[in-house]
Amino acid sequence: MSKKKITIAITGLNNTDNPGPGVPFIRAIRESDRFDATVIGLAYENLEPGIYMNGITDKTYLIPYPSSGSEQLLARIEQIHRKNPIDVLIPNFDAELFTFIKNESWLRERGIKTFLPEMESFMERSKDNLSSFGKKYDFKVPKSLPLTGAHQVDQLFEELDFPVFVKGKFYDAYKAWDKHEVNTLFHKISAKWGLPVMVQEFVEGTEVNVIALGDGKGNTIGAVPMRKTYITDKGKAWGGITIDDEKMLSLTYDIIRKTKWRGGMELEMIRTRDNEYYIIEINPRLPAWLYLAVAAGQNLPEAMVRLALDEKLEPFHAFKSGKMFIRYSYDLIGDISLFESITVKGEL
Amino acid sequence: MRIKRSVAVSENGFVFDSSTGDSFNLNGIGREIVELMKNGLEQSDITQKIIERYEVEPAIFEQNLMDFQSMLRQFNLLEE
Repeated sequence: MSKKKITIAITGLNNTDNPGPGVPFIRAIRESDRFDATVIGLAYENLEPGIYMNGITDKTYLIPYPSSGSEQLLARIEQIHRKNPIDVLIPNFDAELFTFIKNESWLRERGIKTFLPEMESFMERSKDNLSSFGKKYDFKVPKSLPLTGAHQVDQLFEELDFPVFVKGKFYDAYKAWDKHEVNTLFHKISAKWGLPVMVQEFVEGTEVNVIALGDGKGNTIGAVPMRKTYITDKGKAWGGITIDDEKMLSLTYDIIRKTKWRGGMELEMIRTRDNEYYIIEINPRLPAWLYLAVAAGQNLPEAMVRLALDEKLEPFHAFKSGKMFIRYSYDLIGDISLFESITVKGEL
Repeated sequence: MRIKRSVAVSENGFVFDSSTGDSFNLNGIGREIVELMKNGLEQSDITQKIIERYEVEPAIFEQNLMDFQSMLRQFNLLEE
């Protein structure tokens, strides 16, 4: 089979201790039998490791944060598109998805395809809406309350017991054992991610996740459950293993069917000792550990690009359990001229 | 008392439950007992097999077997 030539632009090249999914996404696309891809990296920061890694991007451009205004971001995308026409754009950050979903038709008019969640599904699964999401679709979720001011802390604990998780709108989650800690975390998190800050009931159990891809019509194209075996102090999986947990899979299929989810998804759950499953987060994109699913037999990035290109494809029905990953750190050596290029010209 | 179908035991006594991702190490006798349980043997048959092979009082072995099996249950390695 001859490979289809395609240009894919991808964000999330931050392979740091809080990694984005960009680099593993590219790795999966590079291994595809269907695509001969030219990969355009889109970086927000000039020290994102994916910019400098060999064999990852063919070209990388700096782009402005969506917070500086969607006009600026779109103008930059258009400028890049004129130099290197983009077929498919894969945004990988929760914080940028709103802008890209909102401007999906703008991108389409310029020939740039995406495969993103519908705005409604994207909003209703957000952390501050998780309780209503659980009620609407009948899934167990921990009690979560929004905190919009430090003065509400006392009031909050009429309904919640300690410990709790204090979470940012997009990222960051910390366990807190008393009101003083909640107060400190509220200021720390709100300064970084804005309001509201979420306070979530702590559910004891094992942290398990599912990576999945929905076709937007209620069908699950692929899903692989994973158990974290090593968690960093930022709560990120530094090691994990695929598990054959039918209940996790059926929950995932159910969520995708009920929400008609379109695009990548990561379901974060807690499995209690009584084998009950609580959904603690629904991330609206493929996670940074996505390469584990590829190794287990489901190349979900390839499938997502095919869906973006309106290709018909059969869902995956199997994966290998017992596949594990362990992240590692490694010092890349580069010359200052590389940094100069990305900093001064905004491209490398 | 049955070992879950998702539990695999290697020759080295490494136990992996593919439904939970849990893994454990067994010593030689633990591995033998789990293998016998996986083959569907009941308590009395397991006791018989072990006392034929090792010098051990049946009553002492039965007590140890019960302790071991309660540990397997605690680690969620047995069928419900």
